[in-house]
Amino acid sequence: MSSLADRPANAVVGFPAAHESAALHVTGAAMYTDDLAAETAGVLTAWPVQSTNAHARVTIDVSPAYEVPGVVRVLTADDVPGINDAGIKHDEPLFPSEAMFTGHALVWVLGETQEAARLGAAAVEVAYEPLPSYVTVRDAIAAESFQGIARTVARGDAAAAMASAPRVFEGVTEFGGQEHFYLETHASLALRDSEGQYFVQCSTQHPSETQEIVAHVLGISSSEVTVQSLRMGGAFGGKEMQPHGFAAIAALGAKLTGRPVRLRLNRTQDITMTGKRHPFHISWKAGFSEDGLIQALEATLTADGGWSIDLSEPVLGRALCHLDNAYWIPNVHADGRIAKTNKTSQTAFRGFGGPQGVFLIEDILGRVAPELGIDPTIIRERNFYRPGQSTPYGQLVKDAQRTPLIWNQLKDESDFDARQLEIAEFNRTHADTKRGLAITPVKFGISFNFAAFNQAGALVHVYKDGSVLINHGGTEMGQGLHTKMLQVAATALGLELRQVRLAPTRTDKVPNTSATAASSGADLNGGAVKNACEQIRERMAKVAGRLLGVDERDVRFEGGFVTGLGNRDGRLSFAEVANAAYLQRVQLWAAGYYRTEGLHWNPDLMQGSPFKYFAYGAAATEVEVDGFTGAYRVRRVDIVHDVGDSLSPMLDIGQIEGAYVQGVGWLTLEELRWDESDGPNRGRLQTQSASTYKLPSFSEMPEEFNVRLCENAREDGAVYGSKAVGEPPFMLAFSAREALRVAVGAFGQGRRAVELGSPATPEAVFWAIEAVRAEASIDADAAEQGRTAAEAAAGSLPALAGAEA
Amino acid sequence: MHDLVVTVNGRSRPMQGATAHTTALDWLRDSGLTGSKEGCAEGECGACAMLVATPGEQGGTEWTAVNACLVPVAALNGQEVVTAEGLGSPDALHPVQEKLAEAGGSQCGYCTPGFACSMAGEYYRADRVPSGEHAATDEHDEGCSVHDPEHGPNGFDLHALSGNLCRCTGYRPIRDAAYTLGTPADDDELAARRSRPAPTPVPTDFEADGGRFVRPANLDDTLRLIRDEPSAVLVAGSTDLGVEVNIRGRRAPLVVAIEQLDELRTLAIGDDVIEIGAALSLSEIERRLAGRIPLLAQLLPQFASRLIRNRGTIGGNLGTGSPIGDTPPALLALGARLVLASSDGEREVELADYFTGYRQTVRRPDELIRAIRIPLPLARITAFHKIAKRRFDDISSVALGFALDVEDGIVTSARIGLGGVAATPLRATATEAALTGKPWNVATVRAASSVLRGEGTPMSDHRASSEYRSLMLGNALLKLYSQTVIESKEVSA
Repeated sequence: MSSLADRPANAVVGFPAAHESAALHVTGAAMYTDDLAAETAGVLTAWPVQSTNAHARVTIDVSPAYEVPGVVRVLTADDVPGINDAGIKHDEPLFPSEAMFTGHALVWVLGETQEAARLGAAAVEVAYEPLPSYVTVRDAIAAESFQGIARTVARGDAAAAMASAPRVFEGVTEFGGQEHFYLETHASLALRDSEGQYFVQCSTQHPSETQEIVAHVLGISSSEVTVQSLRMGGAFGGKEMQPHGFAAIAALGAKLTGRPVRLRLNRTQDITMTGKRHPFHISWKAGFSEDGLIQALEATLTADGGWSIDLSEPVLGRALCHLDNAYWIPNVHADGRIAKTNKTSQTAFRGFGGPQGVFLIEDILGRVAPELGIDPTIIRERNFYRPGQSTPYGQLVKDAQRTPLIWNQLKDESDFDARQLEIAEFNRTHADTKRGLAITPVKFGISFNFAAFNQAGALVHVYKDGSVLINHGGTEMGQGLHTKMLQVAATALGLELRQVRLAPTRTDKVPNTSATAASSGADLNGGAVKNACEQIRERMAKVAGRLLGVDERDVRFEGGFVTGLGNRDGRLSFAEVANAAYLQRVQLWAAGYYRTEGLHWNPDLMQGSPFKYFAYGAAATEVEVDGFTGAYRVRRVDIVHDVGDSLSPMLDIGQIEGAYVQGVGWLTLEELRWDESDGPNRGRLQTQSASTYKLPSFSEMPEEFNVRLCENAREDGAVYGSKAVGEPPFMLAFSAREALRVAVGAFGQGRRAVELGSPATPEAVFWAIEAVRAEASIDADAAEQGRTAAEAAAGSLPALAGAEA
Repeated sequence: MHDLVVTVNGRSRPMQGATAHTTALDWLRDSGLTGSKEGCAEGECGACAMLVATPGEQGGTEWTAVNACLVPVAALNGQEVVTAEGLGSPDALHPVQEKLAEAGGSQCGYCTPGFACSMAGEYYRADRVPSGEHAATDEHDEGCSVHDPEHGPNGFDLHALSGNLCRCTGYRPIRDAAYTLGTPADDDELAARRSRPAPTPVPTDFEADGGRFVRPANLDDTLRLIRDEPSAVLVAGSTDLGVEVNIRGRRAPLVVAIEQLDELRTLAIGDDVIEIGAALSLSEIERRLAGRIPLLAQLLPQFASRLIRNRGTIGGNLGTGSPIGDTPPALLALGARLVLASSDGEREVELADYFTGYRQTVRRPDELIRAIRIPLPLARITAFHKIAKRRFDDISSVALGFALDVEDGIVTSARIGLGGVAATPLRATATEAALTGKPWNVATVRAASSVLRGEGTPMSDHRASSEYRSLMLGNALLKLYSQTVIESKEVSA
């Protein structure tokens, strides 16, 4: 076996391949779960009855549904032969007797058509006995409505360091969640075959867990259920835990009716039923030296977990492990807890708590820089980790020097300093329009915090004709994992890319898989695919060595041919060697396996080395803000990002750009608004469709968008020297939020903290501008009256008292 | 239903299984054409986009991209549509598909067929002209080159993709694919199809599952039908009704399609009035007016998305009576009048008198909007201000149309239309009074702006707070003033 990170000459990895399904995508020939359902004869459609109450005991009369023509069956709790639970924590009843949020699915109607199922669901009568509800995280904090285990990350003596810090700031940072808005909503299609086996096609990132939940709901073993995830129309974490219950409903329907059952949520059902990114409420206190070095941070992070625990604990864990971002904070005490509210059960979403942790420290630095009189770029630079330093949770920051390296390259390539001068001049000459330029770093830990998930399997077949079929445990959601796995296999077997094919992900090929999540898909499955291919290659090398008259160690596989060192004439095709191996009874298939080495983590102490490595990056964003409305445009974005030595540069750049824009969506545009009133619609999500929940469109694309990958960035701990890419670049979007803050500040004197609501919609930006203008006029008045500006501000800025300790 | 047919990707298909409310998208998917996807079912995401052969101005055909999720399939009786499957196949990609694929324009691929269709519509736009063809001489004169990020060097208008959402790519590779498209080859069948006439409207009357869909042959038949059937729901582009059908489960017993009536598709520019047929799509109006009414030229690119404008009509935007439609503020400022037709004849009403309450108007059930009349001459200073979260394809929090005349430094007339501040669109009459007869200067504008701030009774909702809406009204006037002052400086310089 070669080392994990070594690349052979002329490797297929590193080639900018297009997505393996691109030709299918663009022609509409690529099939998704519900497309398969559309072509399934005799299929029934499932439709939910959703709670209209935020929290209530329910009594349900399903009999009227059976009066509706075309209704075949209503699925209720009484129908469950196994465990009535859609999750793994036993707090998500599939058919609840207590509605926990508005939109909660109570029972499901199966109809001959969607129309029949929909009308049947409308006919079901639900009596609600209302219970007290918590809609905002503040409600939940006040009522001490928490769930799961609270965690603390601590290092040093934060209280003492705070007491001796020359400058202390405190505040509350609050921000909203984010709807995944994968273009393909949740979909499942279940059938029971002639042998009684359940075959469930599901838009799931976690087929093995979907399989387990279908099995426990039906009261059967995992071996009786096969789950296939053909491809997903986007997932972003939203299909890690959430699809299980839908798959179970479809399978239960198939069991009870003997017919195939499809379940596809429409957009509003998807938004109102499934979990989202966690909103957070964070109260904090930060101590700084006069020259801007962070000395202490104390914080209480409250994640709004929604109605069930779901993945809230590991999300909170990752938030606590990312509130340092790229900065050395010598003394930290951060408490984390999870609020229980009557909303959708918040779940995994790209970054998985990381963005929420990073939000805190970037918000603090962005706010305090003007108060300290230090340029935000400088204050960030000064606090970067230095080689040899460790994170608050005790992990050495490997490759810490990469942050300043990337930072300086980015400043250079984006012409940062010159543009700052241009912008200052623009702002001096424009009263109603201001520009802002900001640069922020990212450091993101790669590996599942839960060590057991860091394993993967693959199954590789070489056929007698030399063709290759690979299968692995990862799922394709658009990130290009399958393309990368084809590139890994072609590299490991010395083939051209076109000689390798891939079969859909299913649980009867590779068992006990981890979710394709935590950006780890290529690291883990790539390790497994490479391992399987190398087993086969080593066996074939023995065969080829005999044919070529060289020692097996001198056999080379490259470009579809097999050669021996020093034997120029004896070139064999891969197919010839495969066929010869078959005839010599040499095994031509292999199961590959990979586990990430060297990880350890103590969740109770929140200490250890949970990450294999860190991915680094930085972004510089320039915005222009209209002072009349708060509307803005992203003028230019420059990014330098570290993906190790890229497995597939076009895909990696696609991930970086897409993550950035999705992050900008979260931070500036996408707004989940819940009815917080005490009226009849309390707890109802008001932005429950594409017309009210706005995600970035073409108008949010940066006018100029330059993305560069770090060069010579080999990561020794990952397949072919690459690094994970899915999540880390999401946090590059903080540069856009900070650029807005800078531009807003330019409407005033630029000497005061700018508080920016989140998301920073045009309205939020407008209010921030108004606050800055008001302060500027207070400052002007104060100056006239001979008082200092600082004195005047002390009373007007309660949220950010610049208390000198 | 068997006698209803639609030509899909060159093949005639009977509309089996469809009802009056079946959308083209559901029908396509049930017919095995699953390339068209449902992402939102309300015309916001474009994953269902398809091309429809529509009549061009010169008698030929245009390939018009529309949302299949909003169009009742029955409205396509006798028409021709092309989906992503019809553009090309994995073995023989269409040029837009080839560019999209090689640029990395697809990640999860779910939005991609819709993008391919929207992009193909723009690819085949007859008046798409590479900017190089008229700007080539300016190439070395950097001072004159106007950087327009929303148009490619090949003339591709990025607004063609304003109604397509992608959650994966961040759009850059899709833009790059669009901007490198060439022109159709000589043997391109869809390009050749443009030189022949579009399919003619096919009068239709069918009933299934308790719902009836009628496309009358002419205006007289239509007016008789709605006189006899007061419960009839008129539908033109179906960009509003389609949402009601999909999202709120509306199932009107009788739907009467009017968007292909010749009598509603005229556009006449006279000496003292411009008459716009109510069933012209917003895209058709934009193209055929060609800037003749600057206020509309400013408004139309901000109206929803190209996919919606290609189907939605100006009559429909007024017919729904919505307080947040984007045309009323502009049309109020223009002093527009509506021509309401019934079997008893026609009457003309001022748009300002047309709206009576939330989604209520003076139009009787037996009437339809035949045309919109805009009096000439137009005001000299006009502007449309739309406040929304997103620049492309969003619903206004508030919208304002301004039409002012200033002579010798004095405001001689002022009309201001407002949307999103009350149960109906309305005129800002108090502000108009505060401007009229006053000098056009900062003092007047400041005073009028604070009056404007108090117009209407805006509410707080998920789009914006009432305070923000009110402030935006006043600020719009300040912004307009600052812009006109800058412009006049530029002119004099």
